[in-house]
Amino acid sequence: MTDVKVTTTPEVAGMGHSMKRKEDPRFIRGQGQYIDDLVLPNMVWMDIVRSPYAHAKILGIDASEALAVPGVLAVITGKDLEAAGLHWMPTLAGDKQMVLPTDTVMYQAQEVAAVIADSRYAAADGAAAVYVDYEPLPVVVDPFKSLEPDAPVLRPDRGPEKANNHIWHWESGDREATEAALAASDVVVEENIYIPRIHVASIETCGCIADWDPVREHLDLHITSQAPHAYRTVVSLVSGIPEHKIRVKTHDIGGGFGGKVPVYPGYVIAVVASLTLGRPVKWIEDRSENLQADSFARDYHINVKLGATKDGKITALQAKTLADHGYTDAAADPSKFPAGLFNVITGSYDMANAFVEVDAAYTNKPPGGVAYRCSFRVTEAVHAVERVADIMAHELGQDPADFRFRNFIQPEQFPYHTPTGWEYDSGDYPAALRKAMDIIGYEDLRREQAEKRERGELMGIGISSFTEIVGAGPSHTFDILGLKMFDSCEIRVHPTGSAIARIGVQTQGQGHETTFAQIIAEELGIPASAITIEYGDTDTAPYGLGTYASRSTPVAGAATAVAARKIRDKARKIAAHLLEASEDDLEWENGRFFVRGSPDKAKTIQELAFAAYTNHPQGMEAGLEAVDYYDPPNLTFPFGSYICVVDIDKQTGRVNIRRFVAVDDCGNIINPMIVDGQIHGGLTMGLAPSLYEEIRYDENGNNLAGNFMEYLVPTAVETPAWETDKTITPSPHHPIGAKGVGESATVGAPPAIANAVVDALWHLGVRNIDIPITPQKVWAILKDKGVLE
Amino acid sequence: MDKQHIRLTVNGQAMEADVEPRLLLVHLLRDVFGLTGTHIGCDSSHCGACTVLLDGRSVKSCTVLAVSADGASLGTIEGMAEGGKLHPLQQAFWDQHGLQCGFCTPGMIMQASWLLEQNPDPTEQEIREGIAGNLCRCTGYVNIVKAIQQAAGELAAEPAEPAAAS
Repeated sequence: MTDVKVTTTPEVAGMGHSMKRKEDPRFIRGQGQYIDDLVLPNMVWMDIVRSPYAHAKILGIDASEALAVPGVLAVITGKDLEAAGLHWMPTLAGDKQMVLPTDTVMYQAQEVAAVIADSRYAAADGAAAVYVDYEPLPVVVDPFKSLEPDAPVLRPDRGPEKANNHIWHWESGDREATEAALAASDVVVEENIYIPRIHVASIETCGCIADWDPVREHLDLHITSQAPHAYRTVVSLVSGIPEHKIRVKTHDIGGGFGGKVPVYPGYVIAVVASLTLGRPVKWIEDRSENLQADSFARDYHINVKLGATKDGKITALQAKTLADHGYTDAAADPSKFPAGLFNVITGSYDMANAFVEVDAAYTNKPPGGVAYRCSFRVTEAVHAVERVADIMAHELGQDPADFRFRNFIQPEQFPYHTPTGWEYDSGDYPAALRKAMDIIGYEDLRREQAEKRERGELMGIGISSFTEIVGAGPSHTFDILGLKMFDSCEIRVHPTGSAIARIGVQTQGQGHETTFAQIIAEELGIPASAITIEYGDTDTAPYGLGTYASRSTPVAGAATAVAARKIRDKARKIAAHLLEASEDDLEWENGRFFVRGSPDKAKTIQELAFAAYTNHPQGMEAGLEAVDYYDPPNLTFPFGSYICVVDIDKQTGRVNIRRFVAVDDCGNIINPMIVDGQIHGGLTMGLAPSLYEEIRYDENGNNLAGNFMEYLVPTAVETPAWETDKTITPSPHHPIGAKGVGESATVGAPPAIANAVVDALWHLGVRNIDIPITPQKVWAILKDKGVLE
Repeated sequence: MDKQHIRLTVNGQAMEADVEPRLLLVHLLRDVFGLTGTHIGCDSSHCGACTVLLDGRSVKSCTVLAVSADGASLGTIEGMAEGGKLHPLQQAFWDQHGLQCGFCTPGMIMQASWLLEQNPDPTEQEIREGIAGNLCRCTGYVNIVKAIQQAAGELAAEPAEPAAAS
């Protein structure tokens, strides 16, 4: 294993220590407080009536029987919301979305009405007793058909000048130069790759308690949100409630993965219900509602071309993509990036030319392209480039590892400017791949594969050498709904030397209470165990854009280090005063300032904190606190090389992952144990869509995987024993050299698995299999190729 | 709906309630008794977040009616630590970083306690099969398996203590 550098003692537990998590004592005792654990006095429950049709006119809603159900207090419909102008709301992408429909439903399981009752069961009884009269309309499920001229126009609300289902076109790079370079290439390979629609399926679903106090005219919104401050602003803008009259609180969150970034209709309905009744209203989504109605990821149809010389040097890459966004663009991408950061598609490879274009289409599905442990389309980009690179290597008869080494951006080329405009901060791609090959025994595996192929056995080896792009982002380029994507930290050191820090990001399991304390411990020498980390209360935490897209450490982690350094700067002045020395003569080491040349003339951070409240220099402000709003100068670019070995069962088509080695480089590491945990989880969420998960729809728009019976979240049995290691290439622009890691493995794993399966079958004439690579798909291929046993 | 009176033991304490016959055991625990450590993650008994011990056997409490637990002895996550001392499984999940968001953790620990009761010295594969009814979205199961291995070792080394629910 790679040794992580540490400069603090285990008692202080700064960076590099595998400190046990501070949040765990409550979780292992069942004392976490998740949204459904919270009960408020006088609280009522909300349940939602949903559409069985994917596209239909609402002819009428009869709530009389529901209102007669014992315990039912109210039924809310789109007409009720229309009166207050709340039947539509803006999405984060600047499109709009129905809160409740007034005349037409746009996807199966869309919210149609809400029932409020004095118990969970009565609300469900009431929802079952609401009768809705529908007239089915033609359903559009295929985004290609959606763009045909005779397709029904799904969003007439956009006006007569937009009488089609095309949402937007976006492009990046140089089309002319790329097409010329491809035309001049010795070899061009082209593939159509579909990345399926999937759902994050955090084990806790979404939910909220809206608590409007009519006397104080104040809204407490307890909610499963990855971005509480953004929610407060959005709720204020949508509802008209002044922002200081809204407090968003998150409590513990049972997994997010991006699915808890959007503002869902259920939240807004709950707020309206609380405003109407003057009582707290709880809404907790069922699993099947979660898997049918909130938001989905991917759904990208990619055509990708890669050119190379006959020696195997890449010349150009071109991608043309159709994105299925469902009936509204509710993606959480930065506003200047409707296709997210998809133009990172040149990946880890040095090439002069690239061009990507993306068109987005409406269909009769719930919002697509939102998030699945990667919100910004990096997974799609990495899958396309890593698949097509592998196809090129096979086409040229080159080993896929050799092909990658030949084309990697070399360590001395950083900072590296890609043809689509990114500046990669740092990397050593050959080192990561070499390390992964050494661990897995690549040469031996290739020999074994050759022997097995002689005997007719199907074994494959797949590589993925990915480059991630995280830490959005610099304010000159990155905003969501105009909110710049800085993030924040406020630290207060108490007189007795312990501290509290509040951050603008929001853990959903990442361990912020531990890692952010470790950053401060590293910078100030205060033990991490003596630092409380708070988040998720908009009344107390500084404004921030929240946790998604692996941005906590790159942005708020940087803010935390900078705020701690501001505290150290003030502590230096106090130390100079106490030691009667010049500030310039003081040196900082291990949590204390000492006079250069006289190491016993020193003041510890604890002594300086005490002095800040008891003996501060005249003319200086008392206290020891600081706040930082960090605007990152660039994104960070974590990377890694993954190698997957598969064996394919020739009777069933089942793919068995024999080994999977993941070498990640996320820059400097705060807590190695937590980083490994993030990678294990990320790999499993990379495995899931590779072999198991897909949300499919039939021609009537029925969701065919809307519960855990059909949507195959991997269990411990399907999940391989992941093998992980690291290389460490610090980010040169990040204050602590860290890069972020949460999504790397989800981004990097799928092409390693797909490449391994195709590698096992290439000699039979197989070039591509779209994920999820199910036994049925492989079985059909084996049958077609005449090798089924 | 007519209510029925039920009596049961939860973590060694006698409890009773008047419940609708349709009330799920998980809602009895959470909404009536306020024991919110047992979680709900699905509506098809696949995720295992609601796993508890019913007369010593692991069950998914979203698939058991409260009335059918009348007279039974229940064990939940709240009963695992005795006298302030963590159960070896709780300690091991903490030591091995066997949890991240913590939502699946109570159900996972209860299932693991049942697994180790049945098979005190499981292989890795037996552990993986033993927790296949419990979904975790955060950890990739690697450290959960390690935690159960650690606890198995500690439980084997200790003199047997009475299980929380019996």
